[in-house]
Amino acid sequence: MAAIRIEGLHKRFGDVQALDGLSLTAEPGSVFGFLGPNGAGKTTTIRILAGLARADSGRAWIDGLEVTADRRRLPGRIGYLPQDPAFYPWMTAREFLDHVGRMFGLPAGERRARIDELLDLVGLAEAAGRRVGGFSGGMDQRLGIAQALVNRPPVLLLDEPVSGLDPAGRRELLQLIDHLRGQCTVFMSTHILADVERVCDTVAIIHRGRLVAEAPQQELLSRYAIPAFEIEVQNGLADQLVAWANSLITRAWVVSVSLDRAVARVTVSDVETARRELMASAVAEGLPLNRFEMVRPSLEDVFLRLVEGGGSE
Amino acid sequence: MRVFGVALRKELLEQWRSYRLVIVGSVLLVFGFASPLLAKYGPEMIRLALPEGDAILQLIPKPTTADAVSQYIKNISQFGILLAVLMTMGSVAQEKDKGTAALMLVKPLPRLVFLAAKMAALGLTFATGIVLAGVACYYYTMLVFETLSLSAWLALNGLLLLFILVYVALTLLCSTLSKSQVVSGALAFGFLVVLSALGAVPRLGDYLPGRLTTWAASLFAGGGDSAWPALAVSVGVIVAALLAAWLIFERQEL
Repeated sequence: MAAIRIEGLHKRFGDVQALDGLSLTAEPGSVFGFLGPNGAGKTTTIRILAGLARADSGRAWIDGLEVTADRRRLPGRIGYLPQDPAFYPWMTAREFLDHVGRMFGLPAGERRARIDELLDLVGLAEAAGRRVGGFSGGMDQRLGIAQALVNRPPVLLLDEPVSGLDPAGRRELLQLIDHLRGQCTVFMSTHILADVERVCDTVAIIHRGRLVAEAPQQELLSRYAIPAFEIEVQNGLADQLVAWANSLITRAWVVSVSLDRAVARVTVSDVETARRELMASAVAEGLPLNRFEMVRPSLEDVFLRLVEGGGSE
Repeated sequence: MRVFGVALRKELLEQWRSYRLVIVGSVLLVFGFASPLLAKYGPEMIRLALPEGDAILQLIPKPTTADAVSQYIKNISQFGILLAVLMTMGSVAQEKDKGTAALMLVKPLPRLVFLAAKMAALGLTFATGIVLAGVACYYYTMLVFETLSLSAWLALNGLLLLFILVYVALTLLCSTLSKSQVVSGALAFGFLVVLSALGAVPRLGDYLPGRLTTWAASLFAGGGDSAWPALAVSVGVIVAALLAAWLIFERQEL
């Protein structure tokens, strides 16, 4: 049984079609990256899955329960972290988690132990007695994760969990998400590709409310990424690099060329030809090379190709 | 019932920590003990404050217990409904706006319980305020005038509490309708104006909540002028407002 299954979700806000027949499946125990540009429909999908919004049509299941038909039995099955989590500012972190534990009917002893465990897990043990109103954005996000885990849910819905965090906070939160792999299904929306590459084992890319790709990350990379070479020259030779790069465009095996200061990135359709001719061409041009390498295709390449291509594969 | 207890515990804690309970209790307490004192010493204060005070004092009838009770009803009803609107207008709207409602309602907290706990906590807050004001007024009236009939005094305060709760329930409905506490406050004041205007219409006013205050006054004026229809309508308005709030809230997306 899939942890999350969505079939043909539609949702419209006035003139905007937020979801346009979205379908996807997340397997139990996976960290599922739900990727898309701003306005793609990620938050709307998560709000429907959490029972906070209704779909115009289509169906969705969490842990076997159809949430689009019965949201009342949903709470025990999910943990939910909204994009900008807000708490009661007059409560301390411990009081808030205690309040959530009481909601789920945890007995006092178990509640205390669970709160201590979660405060340790998210690194808020020392701030447990502080009022939440004085927390930083990063601390809010950690408390948000902790409150979502109180009931040990089989499915965790995280809406942009690392947005607004500093690099250290992002790394810690991603480590925490990684740590949850296998314990529960993490469904995580984001537009930060590096985070998805780091922790997600399955990725779905949506654009304009439609699924454009869904597969395990490595499969997605091998299926959609275009091979690319990076050529770096000495600083001060950028003009020469530009002239050479422009001359490459006409070659049949070159797909695209992009420049970033002294680095040219050349995506190609024929790796073997490129391997032979690209180096020879650079040498013939008299470019003193600092680096010449075939780069690992990134999720960013796949994402941009799928999304900028208008959502078609 | 367990979840209602958890939600009510949080709401009561919020009433305390956000000083709402203290504010409501203090304001009503002040008017509780000030009402009989103002009734008793008001004319004397006028005499001392104005050059023609002695002449004016001759024109003012000697203060009585009924003046103290009348002053109390006027003060508590006016400031009670003002506090009812101010303390309630953000209760749901603010939670929707900030996102705490969404965070809590994905937990085993039904929306009806969410609203009922808020209404119960606000009801207890105003009941506490009325108790404080009632005790203070009863005591000072006894000191400066005479001992009041306890049963009539309890009935009077019960009517005042019901009158205030009508506005708490209506404001809770307004707070459910909007995401902005300013808008919900404006809507609640709209209800207040409409009910006040309708209350002035002959015969129709006998069936509206405002009639509860004249019934309360009549308990000490010896009129025995009961207004059971107004009481039934007031209870009906409270129930209808809560029901409407629940049905609307159930349909809202958060």
